[in-house]
Amino acid sequence: MGWTRKDLLGVRELEAEEIGLVLDTATSMKEIASRDIKKVPTLRGKTVINLFYEPSTRTRTSFEIAGKWLSADVINISTSASSVVKGESLKDTGLTLQSMHPDVVVIRHPVPGAPHLLARLLKASIINAGDGAHEHPTQALLDLFTIRERRPTLTGLKAAIVGDILHSRVARSNIFAMQKMGMHVRVCGPPTLLPRYVESLGVEKSFQIEQAIADVDVIMMLRIQRERMGAGLFPTLREYSKLFGLNLDRMKLARPDVLIMHPGPINRGVEIAPEVADGPFSLILDQVENGLAIRMALLYLLTGGQGTNN
Amino acid sequence: MRILIEGGRVIDPANQRDAVLDLLIEDGRIAALREPGSARGGGGAPPQTDRLLDARGKVVCPGFVDLHVHLREPGREDMETIATGTRAAACGGFTSVCAMPNTSPVNDNQTVTDFIIDRARRDGLVNVFPIGAISKGQHGEELAEIGELVGAGCVAISDDGKPVMNAELMRRALEYASLFRIPVIQHAEDAHLTGKGVMHEGRVSTELGFKGIPAASEAVIVARDILLAELTGSHYHVAHVSTAEAVRMVREAKARGLHVTAEAAPHHFALTDEAVMSFDTNTKMSPPLRSSRHVEAVKAGLADGTIDAIATDHAPHTIQDKEVEFDYAANGIIGLETAFGLTMTVLVEGGVLNVSQAIARLTCDPCRIFRLPKGTLSVGADADVAIVDPTREWVYDVKRSASKSRNSPFHGWKLKGQVLSTIVGGKVVWELEG
Repeated sequence: MGWTRKDLLGVRELEAEEIGLVLDTATSMKEIASRDIKKVPTLRGKTVINLFYEPSTRTRTSFEIAGKWLSADVINISTSASSVVKGESLKDTGLTLQSMHPDVVVIRHPVPGAPHLLARLLKASIINAGDGAHEHPTQALLDLFTIRERRPTLTGLKAAIVGDILHSRVARSNIFAMQKMGMHVRVCGPPTLLPRYVESLGVEKSFQIEQAIADVDVIMMLRIQRERMGAGLFPTLREYSKLFGLNLDRMKLARPDVLIMHPGPINRGVEIAPEVADGPFSLILDQVENGLAIRMALLYLLTGGQGTNN
Repeated sequence: MRILIEGGRVIDPANQRDAVLDLLIEDGRIAALREPGSARGGGGAPPQTDRLLDARGKVVCPGFVDLHVHLREPGREDMETIATGTRAAACGGFTSVCAMPNTSPVNDNQTVTDFIIDRARRDGLVNVFPIGAISKGQHGEELAEIGELVGAGCVAISDDGKPVMNAELMRRALEYASLFRIPVIQHAEDAHLTGKGVMHEGRVSTELGFKGIPAASEAVIVARDILLAELTGSHYHVAHVSTAEAVRMVREAKARGLHVTAEAAPHHFALTDEAVMSFDTNTKMSPPLRSSRHVEAVKAGLADGTIDAIATDHAPHTIQDKEVEFDYAANGIIGLETAFGLTMTVLVEGGVLNVSQAIARLTCDPCRIFRLPKGTLSVGADADVAIVDPTREWVYDVKRSASKSRNSPFHGWKLKGQVLSTIVGGKVVWELEG
């Protein structure tokens, strides 16, 4: 099958075959990173705009490098230095950009559905690079890609996602993506950081990290944000770390070959101990590297590339 | 001026009437109800009237009465005016509307009430009954001059849009309002539990990553207020009930003999939170669209009379207030033109109410609880009448709305049950074209 969508707004609406197509295409893209001269002419003459309403280092840089390696013209707009600070609405910003004929607009925005609003207004392909606590599809795809490098058969694998599920778009996209690929997902965290109805997503829930990580193939730790403390969702980072941090002691309860993942940026010593983050089964840096391949694959597919079927 | 409405099925729940009759209007009042054709002379000669309306095969009922609209005037005439809002009301078969006080300035003093009443007399197509604020500026701190508001024509008080969070103020409002025998209307929502929530908390909010508003946010305030209604013996009215728990508590309060009443909005029985999956900001309202369990409870409440009235919460907003990211969009939708169609389609076709009960929830029931002298076709009553076709199918086109605003999630909906003519005080103020 080929890629038929104009936009990538979320993982929830993707079919397993489409996810497979992206992962397979990324496999061939990854080879470019190992070349001496990291440039192919695939997207020459195409324009990619990164429109970021929230701060981002890795995702924005990753899209920028991915676009440049494919020879696209990549423009970055950070809203703190744009007309948005003058009160321009998302609609008007979108229509203004449309007049400049971009082929792809990559948007990150604090509100769920903002990329969908843009997708309705623009002819350009829209890639959701994170909308509030809704979805971060490219992150989930790169996570699956990273797991698949180590465990070629995703079906039947078990994953535990630990931390602030309530506010996490990474968690939602990964839950949808993993389930579509036949994986079993368990979420873990304090009750205040798990959505009240999280089980309606078809996941298992646990309040004990020791139980949650005991039998899984993948442990995905999420960043805990300091500002949630002020909102009364947990008392202190210290107590959080004590109850839910992944440290070497807890690692002894996990399977010896468990894969450790984290979407970054990590809080060393809070949700993950440095020895674990830097340990032998940590895939944290692989995730960053694979992000390039996934984003190259998506830019390629969304601008009309036919994809690779392995 | 004489109008004869001939041969319609007259449904007047206030008088338990449901029969094919001729309705004669004279000088703005209901003059007579007679056997069909009795006004005609020998050989069926046309009767002597200024206007003859053929209602054969149609339903003739009291004009609808909406306890909850936002007309936006004074202050936000870019969203709606008394002229456009009452025109939308007339299109929807409403002959009386109660206007919420969250205008700019707030209707918290008799000068604003006077303005609304004057403007309604000048521009209004239907009767407008103002609702005054509970607290000065709707700030929830000090009582407004409720006596003067009532003196000027307010029929109830409410800080609608904002809940009265201070229980002591709510208690005093209930006590004080009992002096004037008017209801205190609560927008029941706990501001802390709602926080920055933008939709119902449930499976859909979990999937979409929106901050949810738990059903308990409404229910805890209703529970508190029912205790205060019991303490004070006053009339407490819950606006736009949306949760199963609130419906249950109102039912229990009524069973215990407390003076507690409630209304529900058509969108709360016609839509669930699934509609938010589209990210359409016309699915954003306060209280939010709830899950099907709550929608079923609202229907059951309407069926057994726990919920007394259907009220639209007609809330016009400009395009720029809605065509934005969901979190930033204004709450609310326009509802006057779709209320009857939704009531017939969802409640009557859906087997929740019969036609007569549905009309009661739109006419005599709201009038009874707010003590409004409307909602009946009794001889001598004001001739506020709607002629409707309860089975006619039509498609709602919001682009042709009489409202100044266009914020409706029902655009393009096929509805069964259409308003054909609206008569206010013996004057035909609106007729369906074609």
